[in-house]
Amino acid sequence: MQSKMKESDPILEVENLCASTDNLPILKGVSLTVYPGEIHAIMGRNGCGKSTLSKIIAGHPSYNITNGDIKFLGENINSLEPEERSQSGIFLGFQYPIEIPGVSNLEFLRVSTNARRKFLNKEELDTFDFEELVKEKLEIVKMDHAFLSRSVNQGFSGGEKKRNEILQMALLEPKIAILDETDSGLDIDALRIVASGIKKIFNAQTGIILITHYQRLLDEIKPNYVHVMSDGQIIKTGESDLALELEEKGYEWTDNLIKET
Amino acid sequence: MVNENLVKDVVKEPYKYGFVTDIETEKIEKGLNEDIIKLISQKKEEPKFLLDFRIKAFKKWQKMKEPDWAALGYKKIDYQDIIYYSAPKQKEKISSLDEVDPKLLETFDKLGIPLTEQKKLTNVAVDAVFDSVSIATTFREELAEHGVIFCSISEAVKNHADLIEKYLGTVVPASDNYFAALNSAVFSDGSFVYIPKGVTCPMDLSSYFRINSGDSGQFERTLIIAEESSSVSYLEGCTAPMFDTNTLHAAVVELIALDDASIKYSTVQNWYAGDEEGIGGIFNFVTKRGKCLGKRSKISWSQVETGSAITWKYPSCLLLGEESVGEFYSVALTNNLQQADTGTKMIHIGPKTKSTIVSKGISAGNSKNSYRGLVKMGTKATGSRNYSQCDSMLIGDQASANTFPYIKSQQPNSEIEHEASTCRISEDQLFYLQSRGIEFEEAVSMMVSGFCRDVFNQLPMEFAAEADKLLALKLEGSVG
Repeated sequence: MQSKMKESDPILEVENLCASTDNLPILKGVSLTVYPGEIHAIMGRNGCGKSTLSKIIAGHPSYNITNGDIKFLGENINSLEPEERSQSGIFLGFQYPIEIPGVSNLEFLRVSTNARRKFLNKEELDTFDFEELVKEKLEIVKMDHAFLSRSVNQGFSGGEKKRNEILQMALLEPKIAILDETDSGLDIDALRIVASGIKKIFNAQTGIILITHYQRLLDEIKPNYVHVMSDGQIIKTGESDLALELEEKGYEWTDNLIKET
Repeated sequence: MVNENLVKDVVKEPYKYGFVTDIETEKIEKGLNEDIIKLISQKKEEPKFLLDFRIKAFKKWQKMKEPDWAALGYKKIDYQDIIYYSAPKQKEKISSLDEVDPKLLETFDKLGIPLTEQKKLTNVAVDAVFDSVSIATTFREELAEHGVIFCSISEAVKNHADLIEKYLGTVVPASDNYFAALNSAVFSDGSFVYIPKGVTCPMDLSSYFRINSGDSGQFERTLIIAEESSSVSYLEGCTAPMFDTNTLHAAVVELIALDDASIKYSTVQNWYAGDEEGIGGIFNFVTKRGKCLGKRSKISWSQVETGSAITWKYPSCLLLGEESVGEFYSVALTNNLQQADTGTKMIHIGPKTKSTIVSKGISAGNSKNSYRGLVKMGTKATGSRNYSQCDSMLIGDQASANTFPYIKSQQPNSEIEHEASTCRISEDQLFYLQSRGIEFEEAVSMMVSGFCRDVFNQLPMEFAAEADKLLALKLEGSVG
């Protein structure tokens, strides 16, 4: 798929990944390699397996890997717990961030950040030092300080939830971020804020996988590669103009591609 | 499901307080009759009015039936197979802590309640009760300077008989219910608190109840009187060793608040709950009630109930005084085969009275957790208000939660509001926290503490930290 020689080692290698839930196969042999500094977009119809792929990489317990490997920084992570994956630098931005009543957002962010810092052998932050850090990161997503004292995602608007996801990404500084439909439910202004936040966090040592239906996010964040998924497989890979072609021709075009092959 | 099993592992609780103190005790023979009651009264050198009180209660009890309306199932209790008085042997008169058996001091030390002068808690006065007797009460002189009386109820019977005769049984009459009648007949020890007019008690008062003996019941009796414009915060803790038999604990607590007085009564109940198969554990049948006698008086109950095989407990408020306030904040956690039927009664009698009920029930394992509450507006309770919120959280798919709210209003010009919810810790919530690097066990305990936040906020600060730790412990495997 990516035949060009790369100078550095890949961050993430998904090799012929097959997975099922309740004995229902969802992924049917997905391969994908992300090198440092790369942005990959995955597009495809609802139900094609995009979200499942992201959840499996993050370690969701509802799915069984029936074949294939997920490697992170060269190590097989198939059997790692979700928290271990997060601590080591894998981030999943949720399509529908979960509400956790009673748990303060600030405390949640602090515990989460410290779990990652502990893994990196960095000093864990107390409440005061964390306040300083979070203030700085709030700027990135233009979030108000008041969000921190509320319960995790509870009563947040769709846009606020997505910004809270990007705030977490900013705090955790992952090696790879998989952002599952981060653009859905956002108005134009919120989309710009979120996109510019993602760009600020992204750097040449990290990788991003954007899962999206729409070109408008890809206008803001230009991907190096675009993959089209259908029925649990990546059926076409191209450069950023593939997304434009897809937008123009619709998913029916890719359906025909499958029939041809 | 993988996660369901994990949740089950996590909620297995190690019980840290299950040890038995090997100490010589003085026990009377098993069984209950008038002679036994006379013997208890005689041992305690009680005045006649109290013996009469006991005998009257016993006669009532004999005519009563054990209540069966609670959502509880348990083997019938054989009341003749229980020892009603058990006390560690020690010198007749103890003048200072130095004369207390070191084994007893060591026991309370181990429970985190050091009593000796050097080690005692600095900001809390403690009355330590071991089986049927009070061992020691700290800070008595300091409290006496403020006119505060804090001692065992046995001592109060001797030294403050007038107060006991005036108030004992006025909030929970012996005829109130089966277990209250039993307690009135055989109560052995407990705490007595008297806060004089205008005094804010300079420190928190606390009683620690320890059951040590396997075959004797504990029947403690607590009486707290807050005179006009006084206030006190009282804490209560309880633990017991692990026996494979069930031990009966039937306590009565009476609170009386006069004009502008306020009493805050907090409990962390961690009696032995029995093992995973439901063998052993304390049967906890408790009657707690406060009387807001005075205008603008306030009684606030907060409880964290984590122990006991059976919990039957409804701390209540009788709101007589105009503008008096009753509060009930409760967290009840049940696991394995524990059963809890707990709640409150808010009886609005006076006008413009106010009550708040916040109940959080957490059921894990195969346990059964019920909230049962009554809010009543009497004919004169004009302009009175109640707000109730009852939330249940289920962990795993074998536990059950019930809510039985009873509402009776005889006063159209009053307001009653009731909210209830049930939730389950969802796999999605756990995955979300885990995917942010938070360990599974910490994720569960974060969500449980979050669920209980409204109640923990009401606890005295040190107690809140302890309660949080206790829940985390109950919900943790043998990690750490």
